[in-house]
Amino acid sequence: MTTTVAPLPPVPVQSTPMGWLKKNLFSTKLNTAITVVLGLILLRSLVSFGQWTVSQAQWRVLGANLMLFMMGRFPLTEQWRIWMLVGMLATLGGLTWGVLARQVRTLFSKPVLISVGLLAAIAILIPTPIPNRLLTLAYLALILGMAWVGRQFAQRWTGLAIWIPLGWTIAFFVGLWLMAGGLGLRTIETNLWGGLLLTMFMAIVSIVLSFPFGLLLALGRQSSLPAIKGVSTFLIEVVRGTPLTALLFLGDVMVPMFLPGTIRPDRVVRAIIGLTFFCAAYTAETVRGGLQAIPRGQTEAANALGLNTPLSLALVILPQALKISIPAIVGLFIQMVQETTLVSILGLQELLGISRSILANPEFLGRYAEVYLFIGFLYWAFCYAMSLGSRRLEQVLNVNR
Amino acid sequence: MVQANPGTEKVALWRDERFWKIIFQIVVVGILLTIVAIAINNMNVNLARQGRQFEFKFLIDRAGFNIGETVLPYKVDDPYYWGLIVGLANTLRLCLVSVVLATIFGVVAGIASFSSNWLLRKLSLVYVEVLRNTPPLLQFFFWYVVVFFGLSSKGQVTRLTDFLLISKKGIWIPWPAGNIITALSLGLLLAGAIAAIVLWRSRLKRMEEEGASGRPQRNALVVIGVICLGLFVFGLQWVFPKPVGGGNDVVGGLRMSLEYGAMMMGLSAYIGAFIAEIVRAGIQATPTGQWEAGRALGLPDGHLMRLVVLPQALRIIIPSLNSQYATLIKNSSLSLAIGYPDIFSTAQTTLNQTGRAVEVVLLMILTYLTLNVIVSFFMNVLNQAVQFQER
Repeated sequence: MTTTVAPLPPVPVQSTPMGWLKKNLFSTKLNTAITVVLGLILLRSLVSFGQWTVSQAQWRVLGANLMLFMMGRFPLTEQWRIWMLVGMLATLGGLTWGVLARQVRTLFSKPVLISVGLLAAIAILIPTPIPNRLLTLAYLALILGMAWVGRQFAQRWTGLAIWIPLGWTIAFFVGLWLMAGGLGLRTIETNLWGGLLLTMFMAIVSIVLSFPFGLLLALGRQSSLPAIKGVSTFLIEVVRGTPLTALLFLGDVMVPMFLPGTIRPDRVVRAIIGLTFFCAAYTAETVRGGLQAIPRGQTEAANALGLNTPLSLALVILPQALKISIPAIVGLFIQMVQETTLVSILGLQELLGISRSILANPEFLGRYAEVYLFIGFLYWAFCYAMSLGSRRLEQVLNVNR
Repeated sequence: MVQANPGTEKVALWRDERFWKIIFQIVVVGILLTIVAIAINNMNVNLARQGRQFEFKFLIDRAGFNIGETVLPYKVDDPYYWGLIVGLANTLRLCLVSVVLATIFGVVAGIASFSSNWLLRKLSLVYVEVLRNTPPLLQFFFWYVVVFFGLSSKGQVTRLTDFLLISKKGIWIPWPAGNIITALSLGLLLAGAIAAIVLWRSRLKRMEEEGASGRPQRNALVVIGVICLGLFVFGLQWVFPKPVGGGNDVVGGLRMSLEYGAMMMGLSAYIGAFIAEIVRAGIQATPTGQWEAGRALGLPDGHLMRLVVLPQALRIIIPSLNSQYATLIKNSSLSLAIGYPDIFSTAQTTLNQTGRAVEVVLLMILTYLTLNVIVSFFMNVLNQAVQFQER
């Protein structure tokens, strides 16, 4: 007979600042050497970067062109429409956040509060007329308020979540109307769209448009019918093996040749064609990943219930597969935001394109580093935040499974 | 009523699932073919209105444009197809070097993320997170305009280090002279490398099978190493670039244009960040038991990584590397925006001059598909080499 001995509690680890330094930076001779060399290089670069920031850099180029960076050459008198658009997105975004987070214990956790504080500080500090700063702050408050409202409502009526996609669909068309005009608003030509506005527009439109195609291609590639499978695989692989640059040229110069002579698509539309081709192939691969993760038993169970192939896909397989793919689709969206920079090659004025035309202005000649660092930071902040969000979403979805 | 033999049962055609499956496929393919036919018809109509037709004869016409830097000989009077081939050679020159550099960056950063040194770990993290979350085209512009033009902005040849010169005309690095002694040393180096590999293998075999100490072989290896090092330093006849003419020009060394340098560094650093993530994930996927077993055997950290972890991680890493190399080749087409004359830039010039949109875009798609297929082929060969050897 054995007696069980209660395990001793682990020896408490002494963590003093000195101990931390010794363990993480100076544990061996090699480590010490690495720390010293890297530290010196880092220190030197930081010092010279700091000197450059303070003495040589001229940050005026950013403040003077802030509206160009954000909205491109959208007419000054019509800019209220973009503010309306952002307000609408803030409302809807806040509501969605609140509804999705209805079961989370605290809506405004510590990281959320910190990022809100940071954003508020940025909103106050940006060099733009006072009303714009106030409006930005108001939108921030709007998001938080709507999140609270959405949470309150969603806790009372659980069916609220299914209305969110409808809300976003309506918002998409209202947003398009606000940007393009018509129906009582002044029409704005697409060549006046630009900056962050155009970047976001292109990324969102191409991912929305490509989604149905991507879904069909993914289903086609998984199909047991040889012709369907062959065609889908061929299309996906050709697009994935082609640089986006070539696809953009395909949309820009080749597709117009394939259309009847009377139809001349707009420049932005032609760029979106190329982006959509590209995005559809990657959406297809993303969704395929989701489809493959669904156990075979699900299909068999659906068949046993007497559902035919389209019904079993629509009611059993796709709802599960798409839910698994959501984080990957967010990742794809991040990628698309970055890939839209390539349309500047076609001469479109999205964030990178407008930066280059600002840099061509003699007044701001040679201010490359300031401008590129600024828009680089914009891209980085957006993409990094989205990827953190997608990781969080992944955890939430995994918990619910 | 029970059917005795359900297989022979006569089913009406419209109730047979197989029939509908075939009909469905015919309909889908029919619709696609109709779309393609309409598109081709439209194209022919559009081309006919411009008095042209779909053909590739323009490729033998005189190109008439200049290409800034070439690997293959090129004159303005050469035909378009030769211009494209010269561009392809430039693309390959860019991609081959970038693939090697990106792999080095990626592996170093990936392994550094497991370092016990906090500073190194964090630096690797910052590198990966910054470069993965900013658009590649922006990075290329940054390298080109801010880094390379910034370094060369003084208008004269600037000495970055003792052997690296930069000016508006390019970057110069030391390069072997290329005379008979260089060739001889190169041959000897190759022979030395082969001898070293053979010796290393036989040493391992002896140590494993006969329990030999392997010391004589080790000494021989050290001697080979020293000789090779000497050959490398003195035998290759390195020529260091020197500024001449009051700092307006440079003689000696190898010149790379700023565009090439920017694309090379941009591509390598960008793809390197993705490779670092792949390497990190591959190492992480190696079961903890393998690390523990290695430590229990008393292997030092370096041996543990090299002999136990990396061979297993490679099986996960190599298939993912394939897609990164393909991305690198595809992104090399952004040379167009920077001004490095790769195949895409020459194709775009061709397109602008001839107006042959469909032909040129098709050629480009085919070219990049072919390049990707070639990369996949080599990576598959490599993949088979590292996969688990079943006995």
